[in-house]
Parts: sequence; C-alpha cells; structure tokens
Amino acid sequence: MKVSIVARHKSSVNGINTMTNEAGRFGIYGGQYIPETLMNTVIELEQAYNRFKDDPDFNAELSALLNEYAGRPSRLYYARRMTESLGGAKIYLKREDLNHTGAHKINNVLGQALLAKRMGKTRLIAETGAGQHGVATATAAALMGMSCVVFMGEEDMKRQALNVYRMRLLGADVVAVSTGTGTLKDAVSKAFAEWTSRISDTHYCLGSAMGPHPFPAIVRDFQSVISREIRAQILEREGRLPDAVIACVGGGSNAIGSFWHFIGDEGVRLIGCEAAGRGVDTFETAATIATGRVGIFHGFKSYFCQDKFGQIAPVYSISAGLDYPGIGPEHAHLHDTGRAEYVPVTDEEAVSAFEYLSRTEGIIPAIESAHALSCAMKIAPEMSRENIIVVTVSGRGDKDCAAIARYRGENISE
Amino acid sequence: MSKIREAFSGGKAFIPFITCGDPDITTTKRVIHEAVRNGADIIELGIPFSDPTAEGEVIQSANYRALKNGVTTDKIFDMVRDLRRDINIPLVFMTYANVVFSYGSEKFISTCRDIEIDGLILPDVPFEEKDEFLPFCKSYGVDLVSMVAPTSEDRIAMISREAEGFLYVVSSLGVTGVRERITTDLAAIVGAARKNSDVPCAIGFGISTPEQARKMSEIADGVIVGSAVMRIIARYGNESPRYVGEYVKSMQDAIRKF
Repeated sequence: MKVSIVARHKSSVNGINTMTNEAGRFGIYGGQYIPETLMNTVIELEQAYNRFKDDPDFNAELSALLNEYAGRPSRLYYARRMTESLGGAKIYLKREDLNHTGAHKINNVLGQALLAKRMGKTRLIAETGAGQHGVATATAAALMGMSCVVFMGEEDMKRQALNVYRMRLLGADVVAVSTGTGTLKDAVSKAFAEWTSRISDTHYCLGSAMGPHPFPAIVRDFQSVISREIRAQILEREGRLPDAVIACVGGGSNAIGSFWHFIGDEGVRLIGCEAAGRGVDTFETAATIATGRVGIFHGFKSYFCQDKFGQIAPVYSISAGLDYPGIGPEHAHLHDTGRAEYVPVTDEEAVSAFEYLSRTEGIIPAIESAHALSCAMKIAPEMSRENIIVVTVSGRGDKDCAAIARYRGENISE
Repeated sequence: MSKIREAFSGGKAFIPFITCGDPDITTTKRVIHEAVRNGADIIELGIPFSDPTAEGEVIQSANYRALKNGVTTDKIFDMVRDLRRDINIPLVFMTYANVVFSYGSEKFISTCRDIEIDGLILPDVPFEEKDEFLPFCKSYGVDLVSMVAPTSEDRIAMISREAEGFLYVVSSLGVTGVRERITTDLAAIVGAARKNSDVPCAIGFGISTPEQARKMSEIADGVIVGSAVMRIIARYGNESPRYVGEYVKSMQDAIRKF
C-alpha cells in the first residue's frame, strides 16, 4: 500500500487534541484573522490541499522530489563524541542540514510549490529571516519554472548576505523590507500585502507553521516527514523510541515537524528551544512563550511578544531565523496542554553550542539549530546512559560564520 | 436605526479617516473639528498599530509616527471623551484585532459605548472570525462594520446579510493608498450587497480626488478617504487642520451634487 507523504489531518492523536474545528483551531489558537480580500484565496488553498494531500500522483511526485532532489531521507547520526563528552544520554542528530539547500525548509517548499503548480499558479512569493526559506523557495521556483519574489528585512539582508546572493543566483527577486524593525515579522507583513495585491497567479509559500489556516496545518504536514523518519530510524537502530526530541522554535516549523509523530507517545519529552537573545529578563529577546502573552497577529491567535496595549514588540536574537515575535498556534496549544516544553536559550549559549558541535563532531550547525543543541548539552549530562535524545539539526551553519566571527570580535571577509 | 445609518439618510456620506496621534493628539483633535465643520458625515478614527498590515505606505508611516510620539489606546479614549463635548456626528474606530483583544475585548468595547464610539472596523477580522468580537459589540450597542472586497464574489451575500452600520466596500486589491484608477466592477459588488441588505454601502481604498469621489458616490452611499487625508497631515503637521478642512469641503462638494 502506498503511504501518503503528508500526515493526515486527525482530530486527535492518542487523545491529544490537535485540531478542533474546520477553521483550523488548535485549542483556542490559530484561526483566520486576515483581510476579506484574501478569504477566498485561503479557502481555495485549503480545498486544493485537501484534494491533493491524499492523491497518489501528487504524493508520488513529491516523494520523488524529496528523495531524488532534496536527498531524503536525511540521516539520523549517532553523535558518539558529543555523547561521550557530555557523559549522559545518548545523542542522535537528525541531519536536516544535509538536505539540498542546507536546511529543513526544502521539505515544506517542495510540497507547497507542487501544490501551487497544481493550482495553476506561476509565481511564488515568500518571506525569509535567515534566508534559508527564501533560498529553498527560489530553488523550487527554479526547478519548476516559476517566477519568485522573496521579501527579506533590511537588517537580515545585512546579517545574511550570502543567502541574498544565493537567492539572486537562483533567479529570485529579493525585495528589501525597511518598514518596522526590518526583520522577519516585517517580511511576513510585506509578503501578505503583496499577496493581497496579486492573487490570481501567485501563491504565498509561507515558510513556518504559522499564519492563517490552512498554513499551520500544511507546513506541519510537509515537515512531519522529519519525525516520521526519526521514528523509523531510531526504532531500527535502538529498537525503542527516544526519551526526548529537541528542536529550535521560531515560528516552529522544524519543531512541529520533529514532534508530530511523537505527540501520541507520552514517554517522549518534546522540547522546543526559543531564542532568548540577550536574556528573557531583557527587552532584547525573541522568547515568545517565556515573555509573550496571547494575541492575534499575522492571521492567527497565539502567544506574541507585545506591550500592554497590544503593540507587537521589536524582538531580538542573534539568529535571524528565530527572530520572530510569535510562535505557531499548534505549539501554543502543545504548551498549554503541557505536552511540549518550551525553554529559552540565549545568544551566548547558542554560540557556544555552535562552536562546540563544530569542534566535537565536525558539524557546523545553523545558529538556529545551535539553540536546540545547547539545550541537549544542558540536559544530557543529567540523564542516564540508557536514555536517548534526538536533536534536530535544522540547517547548516555556513551562512552564520561571518556573524559568529563578528560576535567573537573578529571581522572576516570573503 | 443606528446613528451610523442615520448619517447616510441625508444624501451621500463623506467619511474621512484620521490616524489618531499623528503628529500629536492636539493636532488630531483640531483636524477632527475642521473635518466636522466642513461637512464630514462620519469620521473613522484610526488607533495606531505597530504592524498595520492592511495599510499602504502613507498610513503605515502615520501609525509609526503616532506610536513614536507616545500615543496609546487610553490616550485616544480620553481624546474621544473630550471631543464628545461638542461633536455629535458618528465616530468609528478603525484598528487591528490585537489592539482590541489585548486591551480585553469586553473592556475595549464597553469603553467604546461609554465614550460614544458608534462603530468598530477591524480589517483583519473577516466574517469567519467576527464572533471573537461581535457578542460584545451587540451587548454594548457598537456596530461591527463588515467589509467586502473585489475578491469576495459568492461571499457578498453572506457578509452583507449580517452587516451592521454600513458595509465597507474595498475598491481594489492590495493595501490602502492613493490610486490613479479603480478598475473593479464596484456597481456589481454594491448591487449584490443591496440584494441582501439595506445597510448603506461606502467605498474605500484608493480614492483621493473629487472626481473619483463623485464617481464612487454615483455607485454607493458613501465614500471613505484615508491616505489622501493622512498625506496632508504628513505634509503640514500641526498646520494641517485648515488644509484638511479645505480638502473635506472639496470632497463634500463633489458628492453633494448627488
């Protein structure tokens, strides 16, 4: 029997309520808080997605792309030296950094681009923070012969100049967004505004498990390939499930993808690592669960960093990919129900983990993923040698080298 | 009949939009007085938001300036309280869902009633999500204004059937901002709405000149103008009230002929 690539919409996974009504709610979170102009578009997207997600042809084509083009399945690598140096739980790394384009973002993008193509769209637009989602979208557009425009905060274009060049090389237009704080949230706003003005030929390829329904579900489903593979790989290697799965969380796409097939297994701790920036007791943080409260923004209800009057806070993290003032609605629900834990990790801790993994395992992780690695470094020594931790290395760190060097007081130029 | 609907009974309505607190509350008050003196039928008061996703550059900048100058929801409530001593035309708030939700929806909407705000426009709350705010609007007698867009098509009937106050007809795709030409078949949209509802229809987004206003008022019951007003305020700052007044008069003259 052909197995569907995407996870099926379920009303519950072993008693954990994941989606409670048709408007895409996860508990009280989610929804469709968008201008009327876009309503028919998201309805059309939902209908198309429902039609194709179980379609054998669609899944065969996506499956072939993921395997032949993106290089899936990604490896589950036993990090022997890291395990030995920390002296506790056994650590496995889910190597999403080895995917084509260097991050997990390609999983979602190939799915959405294929869907857009089936819907007759010829143009993809996207927001990007670190540039990984932008690069993935530009890549898929090149592959499928679609045009592509990527919106990126002006600040982030400086931080991630290499990715800007990659996107342009791939044929995409990169538009600098200077409004607001000039970071990821402003790029999302600008992409929505662009979509509102040009709908008929354009699909907004949203990069994280956020935004209005059906995006959180679509992105989750396309990223759930991560946990589907982890599950099969760890069962094959160890004959049992891990004790903890750890991933970094901005909007939360690699985390929800890493968690999804373990949500029903209560013995598996699910830990999302938020970017604390200079600390959760400062204003220079992007740790939404730790410092935010419930609000409505960018089309969905969830936790957001905001002031007393609901003005969205200008967040900060060394990682452009986690520098977002909200968190995907399904994570908000997993937090409220206690099924997943969300912990803050500072810039300093993430940079240390970035350097540690490079030296210990010869793997340079994305600074985003380094937040998850830092958490593993904290909890592994407290666990026994029989315990197993899986950390998702969501992307590779080449793009971050200049910024980390700068953080350490060294200026490098290529 | 709500006060908003009454405002349409004397002919075509002109509805200027003003971002509160740009450049400061004192100027906003003077602008409002000038607009009323020159014939505004309803005034749409924008409560600034940090990320006004439905706005074009002009109103976006107005939002940023106002917030930078320290305006808050509470200060705007105080301003309205003060204005209500001598202004009687309907006033409606235009803001984003999070501004209301974060204040406490019931607290926000009950305050609207206390300070005699007649309606609420939330561009990021479509028909499917209006139950977030509608129950409070109903209990406190504040009209929750619905919007239809050029892409609404089969949704127009459903939306207009439950519309209150007036129906906000979005003239074009995209965000707010001055447009040279409006190509949407607005007569068809207004026609579809009128088949399902007797609430007045007001067209907004992109309108700036008296000629455009006249054309729109042939189709609908009212005309909403935001960016063109805020552009005057951006240009003249605290000298802007009399220029806004002149502008309101020119627009009012253009549509009064119908």
